[in-house]
Order: sequence, then C-alpha cells, then structure tokens
Amino acid sequence: MKGRVLVVDDDTALAEMLGIVLRGEGFEPSFVADGDKALAAFRETKPDLVLLDLMLPGRDGIEVCRLIRAESGVPIVMLTAKSDTVDVVVGLESGADDYIVKPFKPKELVARIRARLRRSEEPAPEQLAIGDLVIDVAGHSVKRDGQSIALTPLEFDLLVALARKPWQVFTREVLLEQVWGYRHAADTRLVNVHVQRLRSKVEKDPERPEIVVTVRGVGYKAGPS
Amino acid sequence: MSRDSAASAPGESGVRSGRPVGRKMTGSRWGRFMEGGLLQGGVQGSPVLRLFMRWVRRPLLPVMRLWRRNIQLKIVVTTLLMSLGVVLLLGFVVIGQVRNGLLDAKVKASQSQATGGFSVAKQKADAAVTADGDDGSSADGRPSKNVGQWMSDLVVSLSSGGQGAFDVVTLSSSAAGGGAGLGPRYSGDVDPTVSVPVSLRERLDSNTLAAQSYTRVVYKDGRPSQPALVIGKQVNDPNGDPYQLYYLFPLTQEEKSLSLVKGTLATAGLFVVVLLGAIAWLVVRQVVTPVRMAAGIAERLSAGRLQERMKVTGEDDIARLGEAFNKMAQNLQLKIQQLEDLSRMQRRFVSDVSHELRTPLTTVRMAADVIHEARVDFDPVTARSAELLADQLDRFESLLADLLEISRFDAGAAALEAEPIDLREVVRRVVSGAEPLAERKGTHIRVVGDQQPVVAEADARRVERVLRNLVVNAVEHGDGKDVIVKLASAGGAVAIAVRDYGVGLKPGEATRVFSRFWRADPARARTTGGTGLGLSIALEDARLHGGWLQAWGEPGGGSQFRLTLPRTADEPLRGSPIPLEPKDSRRNRGLNDAGLPLGGSGKLATVPVQQQAGGGSASSAAPSRGPIVPRMAGASPTADPTALPGSGSRVVPRPAGSVRRQDDAPTDGERTGQERGRDGVEPEELGHGEAFRGR
Repeated sequence: MKGRVLVVDDDTALAEMLGIVLRGEGFEPSFVADGDKALAAFRETKPDLVLLDLMLPGRDGIEVCRLIRAESGVPIVMLTAKSDTVDVVVGLESGADDYIVKPFKPKELVARIRARLRRSEEPAPEQLAIGDLVIDVAGHSVKRDGQSIALTPLEFDLLVALARKPWQVFTREVLLEQVWGYRHAADTRLVNVHVQRLRSKVEKDPERPEIVVTVRGVGYKAGPS
Repeated sequence: MSRDSAASAPGESGVRSGRPVGRKMTGSRWGRFMEGGLLQGGVQGSPVLRLFMRWVRRPLLPVMRLWRRNIQLKIVVTTLLMSLGVVLLLGFVVIGQVRNGLLDAKVKASQSQATGGFSVAKQKADAAVTADGDDGSSADGRPSKNVGQWMSDLVVSLSSGGQGAFDVVTLSSSAAGGGAGLGPRYSGDVDPTVSVPVSLRERLDSNTLAAQSYTRVVYKDGRPSQPALVIGKQVNDPNGDPYQLYYLFPLTQEEKSLSLVKGTLATAGLFVVVLLGAIAWLVVRQVVTPVRMAAGIAERLSAGRLQERMKVTGEDDIARLGEAFNKMAQNLQLKIQQLEDLSRMQRRFVSDVSHELRTPLTTVRMAADVIHEARVDFDPVTARSAELLADQLDRFESLLADLLEISRFDAGAAALEAEPIDLREVVRRVVSGAEPLAERKGTHIRVVGDQQPVVAEADARRVERVLRNLVVNAVEHGDGKDVIVKLASAGGAVAIAVRDYGVGLKPGEATRVFSRFWRADPARARTTGGTGLGLSIALEDARLHGGWLQAWGEPGGGSQFRLTLPRTADEPLRGSPIPLEPKDSRRNRGLNDAGLPLGGSGKLATVPVQQQAGGGSASSAAPSRGPIVPRMAGASPTADPTALPGSGSRVVPRPAGSVRRQDDAPTDGERTGQERGRDGVEPEELGHGEAFRGR
C-alpha cells in the first residue's frame, strides 16, 4: 500500500507526534509548517493523502485546501480544533474529504487515513449506470454522452455506492459507513456537503437533482436510469 | 298664580327638556347594571337570563375593551357628557328667566285691561238698571231675555276694544244654580266651557275678587288651540244676579318668542358640546400621542431594539418626559452593551481556551496512547501509570468537549438542524450504547411505548446526546434496578421519560440537577466519570428544540427525567404526553416517604386509587424483577392485585400514536387508569418543572 502522507501543521510537537504515529503504522510522512509553502511541498512530494490543519500561519487551511483541490483529487483530511458548523462546513466545501476534530486518538486518525486510502486498491472491472451517466469503476471515470466528468475519489466513491444499489435508499449514517468508513454514527454534515458538491458536478440542474435524489426524512438514493 | 303657573306652561317644557336628563339617568343606571352584572358575568338568575346576558354582552365586549384601552375616547366621551350636562342646565335657567320676563309683562298688561273691562261691565250694569228705572217698571216675566241681550251686547262691546288681542266670555255663575238660564256669551268663536278651567270657575264662585289662570283656548271654528291667560271676575248683571266675566288673553306671541329663544339656545348648546368634544379630542391628542409613542418605543426597546429613541420637540412636560425616557434608554443601552461585551469576552475566552488547549492536548493524547499501547513492556508501576494517564485524558477530553459545548450555547452559536426523525431509532441506539454499562451494573433497560413511530422534527445528534445522558445517569444512579425508557406522543408534543428506581432525588434537587457541575452527593464515588455538565447541556439542547427537560424524584423512590419536544419545530409546547411524576411514585401509590400506607387503609380502598395504581404499573410496565416487587407487596398488602407487577405486565400498553383516534371503551379498570395518563396532553404540572420550560 502506498502511504505517503503530507502533514501540514504549524505545531511542531503535534507534527512530530503525528510523524511517530504514522511511521508506526507504516506510512511515509512529510511535513510542512507554513500555509504558503504547502502547495510547493505538495507538488514536490506528490502525497497519497494530505493531513491539513485549518489554522495555519500564512495561507490558512481553507485556502490551501482549495488550491490543492484545484489541481488534484488527492484525499484531504482536515485537522480542526473547532467542530462548529460553519468551520467544518467551510472546510468541507473548500474540498476536504473528511475532517477529524482535535483531540483525536491515534487509532481514530489512522482509521480515517486508511479509509481514504483504501480505495486505491484495485477494484474489479465494473460498469454502472445512474441516470444518464456511465460509470467505469475500474477505470475510475464517469461519462455523460462520452464526455467525461472529473470527480474527486471521494465523490466517485459516493456516486458508486449509490449506483451499485439503485433500489436502495441510503441513510446518511449508512453512507458514512460505506464511503467514509465510520463504524459508528458521526457528523452527517459530511454527507450533506459532499452530496451538494457531487450534484454540482454531475447534475444538469443542481436545484432539481435527477442523479442523486433526496428522500426527505430518510436520506439519498440514485435517480432512475 | 304661582301654583298654576308652575303646573301648566313650565310643565310642558319641563317634560320636553326633561327627556335627555331622564335618558342620562337611565344611561348611568344601565352602565352600573353593565358593570355590576352584565360585563362581570355575575348575573345570578335563570339560565335563560344568563344566556341572554351573554348574547347581549358578546357584541359589547370589543366596545368595552376599546373603552378600557383608549384614554382619548374616555376623555372625549366624558367631556361630551359633562358639557352636555352644563349646557342643559344653563339652557333651563336661561329659558326659565326669559319665560318669566315675557309672562310678567303680559300678565301686568292683561290685568289692567281686565280690571278696566270689569269696571266697564259694572258701569253698564248700573246704567242699565237706571235706564230700566227710567223706562218705568219692567215686567218681571222677561227680565232674563233683556239681560241675555244686554250681556251679548256687553261681550261685543268689551271685545271690540281689544281688536282680537283678547276674547271675552261670560258664564252664568254656577252658584246661581243655573236657574237664570243664561247661556254663555263669547267673542271670537271661543269654546267657552272648555277654554275656561273648571278650577277657576269654582274659585270665582266662592268670592267676588278677580282671579287668573293659564289655560289653552279652544276655538270652535277649527283653529288650533293656543296657550292663554284667563282672568275672570264675578259681576252682577242689571238684575243684580251674579255672572262670571272672563278675559282670555292668547299668549301666541310670547310662545313664539320663547320657542325662538329655545331654538337658538339648543343650536348654540349643540355647537358648544360638539366643539368642546373636538377641543377635548385635540387637546388629549396632544398629550396622548407622545404617551403612545413612548409606549411603542418602550415596547420596541424591550424587544431588543435598543437604539430606539423618542422624538423630542420643545421644552414642555411632554418634552421632559421624552428626554427622561431617552436618557433612560441611553443608560439601559449602555449597561446592556457593557454586559454583553463582558459576557461575550468571557465566552470568547472560554471558547479560545478550549481551542488553544486542544492542540497540545492532541499531542499529549497521542503520546499517551503510544505509551499506553506499549505498556506491556513496562514494569507494573509504569504500566499502571500509563493506564491512569490514558483514562484521565479521556475524562479531560470529555470535560473540555462539554465546556466547549456549553460555551457554544452561552454564545448563542448553537444551531438546530431539525428534520423529522423517529425517536424510537434514537432510543434504540442510545439503549444499545448503554447496554455494556447496564450489564456491568446488573441493570435491565426496557423500552415502553415503541409500538408506533414517534416522529418529531428534531436534531437527532442533540436528542441522542440528551437521551444518552439521561439513560447513562439512570443506569449509574439506579442501584442496579430496572431503568424504563418510555415514549409517547399526543397533541403537538412527543415525550421520552427515563425512569429509575434508585436513590432518587431529595426535595429541591429536581431543579438543581441541571446546574453546572452540580453533584447530588460530593462524597459519592463516580464510576463513569461524568463531567458534571451533561444535564446542563441536555437542558440547553432541549431548549434549543423549544422543548422541556424536567426532573422528578423522591428520596429512595427513584427519579424520572422527562424530555418533551414539540412535534414540529417552532410550535409552542402546551403540555406533555407523559406526566412528570410517574404513576408508580410513592405518592401516587398512596405511600408516604417511609413506604407506609398514607392516611390509613381507607384511601387505598377507594376504587380510583386502585385503578390508578393498576394503570400506573401497567403503563410503565413496572419491573418484573428488582426490589420494587417486595416493597410494593410488603408495604401495601391491601392494594389491588393489579398493582402488582406480575399482573400489571399482562396489560399491553396501547400504542401511543393511535390513542387519540381510538374510541373503544375501556374494557377494565386497568385500561381506564391507563387512559387517564395517556389520552391527550395533560396540563403542565405546577412546581419545580415550571422552571425548565423552553425559552
């Protein structure tokens, strides 16, 4: 398993501790302490995952997250001291796949990282259809009328999870478990934000979704194909 | 003169002008009647009367409310009524004086005219006697005819002098017995018998002086009758027989003058009243408008718009009121802002501290976990230290999390993400999460009332947090006895009650459990390491939903915590589907604190108490095990057998969701007891629970 992790954090003690834990779990961590240098370090190290602290000197974490997301779909996990609605939602909307609130347990962190990296393992060749979209699971591509749509790995996973069982209504909790790898109920805002992001890419009219349909009071399901 | 004058002419106008006075009097009586009975609803009488009163009162209520609330209306109406009274009084006085003046002049002129007439009549009679004497002896057989002719001539000659200004009437004296056979003689088509009042004729009979009276002249030729002054005197005819001679002076002119004066006065009075009303309205408006403005602004101030100020113009009292008001508002705003700043700073501090603590705590936490993982390699002392470190870090973390949560509530930063959720799901999650702890404690958690969906618009995360707190608390303080989680929904509310049979709460503790860092017994060993903020956060969560979180407990009898949420967000709660005090509380079972029957066996023997006891144990499904069984059985051996858990468990509680639609009659006593608690929303109990209503 590839395991290059870029840790963007200004707190040296925490960064060092993260390094100890990550190395103990078999990852290859690299570090950057400044928001301004984060993008350069990202291009240089080409990590498989970014651990990003939201409060940084220089460019703040949200901005860094946006910049990285603009040029790569690599999984980003935010480290945040604030679990307030606004902070988390802003972070997720700027492109982070997941977030973890300080203080966290090492096991929790590792589980999240592994869940984000798990997808890199070779999937079986599979063709799925959802609405007027064609999904090639192995080729990691989504096409509408031959035009390919760029999705981040997380958005892709979310779409595939829905498309695999078009008859099923997924509660947010189930999606958290299947897509994010949470074993117990967590913050359902993750799902809401990423469904919005996914819709903005795959729906013709995000205001009237046809691919990812909301089932009020329950959750989401795939639209009829 | 005085008696008659008071009786006739003034009497007429008295009746006419007296009408408004009379109406006013009945008005005030009506008002008293309304105040005393009609509007207070205090009419004691037959149901028909009361129904009528209610029917009358209903349309009047808005008017009375306007009357009570509108000072301008009050003052204008009062001014109108009072000025009306003054104008009326003034009118009477003026009219009375005018009338007296007019009549006095007329009476004097008439009297001199009549006196002259009387003396002329006397002279003519004397002259006739002399002439007769000169003519020689007249035959006694025809004197009356001569006298009759003479009298007709007399009337014509007397009346001709007045040129219609008066009429003359002669009547035979009734004292003469009418034997003379003289008919009445009159001028100007006057109806003599009707026009001359009988009382005056009787008075003339009794003496020979002149007398006068007021009357109405009635004409034979169909002219309208007129008020008149009549002056009469008994005079002797040429034969020496008495007859009555009357002068009738019509008062047409005087009446015309008087009615002109009356009309003028009425018009002027009306104008004065209306103008006074208008003036009062204007004046009151000048005072009331600023007062109303002040009231409106005060209301807006109290609603939180602290920058509102009154407009101040001039330097009068109203302006001073405005200035004082504005000064008050200014100071209030300043103080409130100071307090707000202070509390914002404090909250910010708490929040910042919590956040700043987090990063080093994360490092410590990770380090501790690494050490903890490796503890098998350490010597026992170091290994135990590593364990303690990890455990206490957990506690520290949860304390920090709770502090942050509380500071978020204090800052008003907590947001409700409500959507329709089935509370049974939440309860299931919470119960399964608390199962490990319950097993350690030997407690069994049972859920009651989960046959039907219990759906409410709520924030699942917060409700789960509240319930987890309540259930864990109940298990922790339940002394190993059963914990019952009861769900119900009715009306616009859903409720979840968590009942335990542990140490319970002392009087007064039911309100204090929600205080921050409050502990029932500081000396008590803490096994699960709560932060002391759990119930405070739970209370804030309930408030955020617009719901209630209330506690009930009795020493040694366990406690019940009840969460009531509105079924749809923003709907105010009016009651809870579950009574705060459970039906199997000691008091409801008729036991005192010591567990002995209350008030002897008489109370227990009454049927309702037994039913209630039966229903209570049924609806809350009293535990089939645990010490409550021997206690109940031992303490109240005379109680209804249905109160015992063994039989109570036979009764399946009806699904709460369908209760309101089902109309089937209760089949047995247990059902009725159960229904009493389940049907509908019970009115909110008074007492300690009140303090915890949502904001």
